[in-house]
Amino acid sequence: MTKTDLSHIRNFSIIAHIDHGKSTLADRLIQTTGALSAREMTEQVLDSMELEKERGITIKAQTVRLTYKALNGEVYTLNLMDTPGHVDFAYEVSRSLAACEGSLLVVDASQGVEAQTLANVYQAMDANHEIVPVLNKIDLPAAEPDRVKQQIEDVIGLDASEAVMISAKSGINIDGVLEAIVHRLPPPIGDASAPLKALLVDSWYDAYLGVVILVRIKDGRMKRGQKIRMMSKGSTHNIEQVGVFAPRMTPVDDLGPGELGYITAAIKTVADCNVGDTITDDRAPAAEALAGFKPSIPVVWCGLFPIDADDFEKLRESLGKLRLNDASFHYEAESSAALGFGYRCGFLGLLHLEIIQERLSREFDLDLIATAPSVVYRLERNDGTEEELHNPADMPDPTLIKTISEPWIKATIMVPDDYLGSILTLCNERRGQQVDLTYVGNRAMAVYRLPLNEVVFDFYDRLKSVSRGYASFDYAMDGYEEGDLVRISILVNQDPVDALSFIAHRSQADKRGRSICEKLKDLIPKQLFKIAIQAAIGGRVIARETIGALSKDVTAKCYGGDISRKRKLLDKQKEGKKRMRQFGKVEIPQSAFLAALKMDG
Amino acid sequence: MSGMEPLALYIHWPFCLAKCPYCDFNSHVRERIDQARFFRALRTELAWEAARLGRRPLASIFFGGGTPSLMDPATVAALIADATTLFDPLPNLEITLEANPTSVEAARLRDFAEAGVNRISIGVQSLNPIDLARLGRQHTPTEAIAALELARARFPRLSFDLIYARPGQTLSAWRCELRQALALAADHLSLYQLTIEPGTAYEALHRQGQIILPDDDTAAALYDATAEEAANFGLQPYEISNYAQPGSESRHNLAYWRYHDYAGIGPGAHGRVSLGDTLIATRRHRAPEPWAQRVETQGHGSTAEEIVAPEERGREMLLMGLRLAEGIDAARFATRTKKSLIDAIDHQTLARAIDAGYITWDNTRLRATGEGRKRLDSLLTALVL
Ligand SMILES: Nc1nc2c(ncn2[C@@H]2O[C@H](COP(=O)(O)OP(=O)(O)O)[C@@H](O)[C@H]2O)c(=O)[nH]1
Ligand SMILES: C[S@@+](CC[C@H](N)C(=O)[O-])C[C@H]1O[C@@H](n2cnc3c(N)ncnc32)[C@H](O)[C@@H]1O
Ligand code: SF4
Ligand SMILES: [Mg+2]
Repeated sequence: MTKTDLSHIRNFSIIAHIDHGKSTLADRLIQTTGALSAREMTEQVLDSMELEKERGITIKAQTVRLTYKALNGEVYTLNLMDTPGHVDFAYEVSRSLAACEGSLLVVDASQGVEAQTLANVYQAMDANHEIVPVLNKIDLPAAEPDRVKQQIEDVIGLDASEAVMISAKSGINIDGVLEAIVHRLPPPIGDASAPLKALLVDSWYDAYLGVVILVRIKDGRMKRGQKIRMMSKGSTHNIEQVGVFAPRMTPVDDLGPGELGYITAAIKTVADCNVGDTITDDRAPAAEALAGFKPSIPVVWCGLFPIDADDFEKLRESLGKLRLNDASFHYEAESSAALGFGYRCGFLGLLHLEIIQERLSREFDLDLIATAPSVVYRLERNDGTEEELHNPADMPDPTLIKTISEPWIKATIMVPDDYLGSILTLCNERRGQQVDLTYVGNRAMAVYRLPLNEVVFDFYDRLKSVSRGYASFDYAMDGYEEGDLVRISILVNQDPVDALSFIAHRSQADKRGRSICEKLKDLIPKQLFKIAIQAAIGGRVIARETIGALSKDVTAKCYGGDISRKRKLLDKQKEGKKRMRQFGKVEIPQSAFLAALKMDG
Repeated sequence: MSGMEPLALYIHWPFCLAKCPYCDFNSHVRERIDQARFFRALRTELAWEAARLGRRPLASIFFGGGTPSLMDPATVAALIADATTLFDPLPNLEITLEANPTSVEAARLRDFAEAGVNRISIGVQSLNPIDLARLGRQHTPTEAIAALELARARFPRLSFDLIYARPGQTLSAWRCELRQALALAADHLSLYQLTIEPGTAYEALHRQGQIILPDDDTAAALYDATAEEAANFGLQPYEISNYAQPGSESRHNLAYWRYHDYAGIGPGAHGRVSLGDTLIATRRHRAPEPWAQRVETQGHGSTAEEIVAPEERGREMLLMGLRLAEGIDAARFATRTKKSLIDAIDHQTLARAIDAGYITWDNTRLRATGEGRKRLDSLLTALVL
């Protein structure tokens, strides 16, 4: 590959609300520039995780290098970063943005601006990006490009008169996008002869290559054999391979300023790869590090415990590998009387939690129990000491507590007029406070303050269902506030099940207690003995349900004299029982834990 | 002395006219059956087993299958003669034969009676023509009733089998069919709820959702109704699926449930026999022809025999004994297994099960109640250590 001077490089992100067509546009760009042959193209090639293809969402930011011969005859290197759209993965977005100079803002011409369009575009503006609006799906009869252009100008304040009109799906005007990237987005700046400064954008574990690091070079060069130093930790490593994503991993001789690529350096310790760190040359180090980006702050915590206690070590290793690939996820060792050894894990949201749990089970073949997700509370004891509470089970006796505060968010919800009523009802049910309500055409934009606690469990699902999928949602943290909060314990046959206890506002406690008892009644299969399920605040029971004993379970036939077969069956059943966690002598299936906490209606 | 344990003798006939889609017994369909060859092999194996067991009291003989009513009656006669010569028959020796009610087999009932069979067990399965066809049976309800009439005239003791909790069967339909069956005046009935067995045609249909079994509440209601109807005709449930007039229980099957010694002859047959102080789990090669060949070359078709250690004896005795309404006698448990009954079970489960009315225990006898027997699989998983 030939060296590209800075003026012929463009690094850009594609940002959009979910489903507005980012991944499809990325596919078209890859195809049009010939990075993959038609035969190699599969739909949404960049969504490489099995989970992404299944759920149709992008979870990880992806990067790819394209070579484009522009209409002016010049050849450009374009580095594209595809980013996730869901609010839980905003952190991934911010990292991608830090590695680029410009963004394509893709807006569905039939849907218009949505909540995540706003959130993402503000992030791009914060990163000083040049932004080119792209109106997608103009092939749809419902497309209203003029109205949407107006909306972009009114709501975002961005000049949309030269928005590129395309259909990513039908391949209309993809050249227009490529020309806009070349002529309207700025080239990177940097100095090849200055000491090496490279931004550690991402890292992950590859079964063949070990730890792979995604870098963006600001100054200097990176090449094979070079001894590099991680500026925050001071650890040093020898580069083994330098390459680019084209889109497959392709080794190159070196990487220069403005370029995006990967390196491998026989890195063993996950802790050495801090996303946002600056990588420099050990022999000629840079004087100071790049600005990096703010570390992510988990907003939801839950415990993850292996079903089989012997899997603890495997869980530890797997979390290490996942963490490499997902810097926004945090974990620390924890132990519980009922569940043994496990980890308390922090996530950016509930979708993030579900995805990590699913990846642990699929990619690492682990069976886990997840305890009730909790936000981080702050409490002040009567003696004046303050602490953070990540785990409802750790909540001290209420008489020792002076105040408890909970995190609030500021949510922006955009929704067609018809569904506004149900959305407002939902927000009020969840203790929301209206901040603002404005209209953009026939779409309402409601700004609400809400306790994060009320949003964490299933707000997003509810929002989608009451608006038939038309509402969009985004939020930002908005400080802590004191609240009348109580811990609700769940007891199974009088034994408290820590993994199911949670904190709620007193006004919601009865309702939540009832709902979780009803849910558990459906989720726990009938067993030999009847099961009492109770929700309690302190010693006061606020809800109860009983699961009756199963009414029949016996093999009719006796298999003549073949007792060995019966004995084997018994052994198998006993083995299966051993693998189930028991609480108050009751087997609670793993799936019940998270499912029980989701609220309906 | 364990050598004096009376023996129950099982003889397996592995052939059927057709394979029923729900059946996972060791049964095979053959165009032609070499009756003479299997006759010789069964006799040889019986002699081999008798040689190692020694002369002991013989309490029962059971010809099971497969379809033993397809056996040449002369074979049955010869095997009975051999058994009663090799062992010491008790005066009230019970000799049962399983029969299918097709007209061909019904015609031979007299010959079987003459051969010495004194108890017949007929595989009626259903009195509903559509359900019989669905069960893949070769007979009609009319044939079944005719076979029962004939059998009643020929044999002092008569039992028949029905399968219920069939797909789509309602409570009232079953009550009606069962009453009709009870009116046919047998002293014993085996009433089995349909079980989906691995590897059968029914299993595949079940997996595809084409066969839907009743849920546990419906199954329980069907089970309770069964006991109620049977009681109206004087039949008591003495085992999970077996109902008899007092005194008419199958003594042969009781030997399994009470965990007495029993010897199994023929392909796939299982046994539990004491040799001195050792209890051996015996088993025979399953496939009929290779079994016969082994008997021809080495005198027996035995394979993979195991010694049953005291621990395992205790578990086996619990698995079998709690199926019986009479439960398990603690003293007999201790002599048979060399373990004390109370050490073989989980005390916490026992306390809860007594509390829930599933178990009774008076230090001499452990008994699963009707409610306990209805949930015996779960109960055993929790109770047996
Ligand atoms: N009609 C039409 N559909 C499109 C177009 N671009 C994308 N889509 C569809 O919109 C859906 C979401 O696209 P995707 O690229 O996954 O969106 P992302 O979530 O922003 O990555 C998919 O079903 C695409 O096939 C377009 O130009 N026209
Ligand atoms: C060993 S079988 C053989 C008897 C004889 N061959 C017949 O089918 O009539 C004994 C009984 O087990 C019962 N049985 C067999 N398979 C069954 C199943 N899958 N579910 C319930 N009962 C079954 C039938 O009632 C059958 O009569
Ligand atoms: S006749 Fe009896 S043994 Fe033979 S296949 Fe049918 S159920 Fe099984
Ligand atoms: Mg996508």
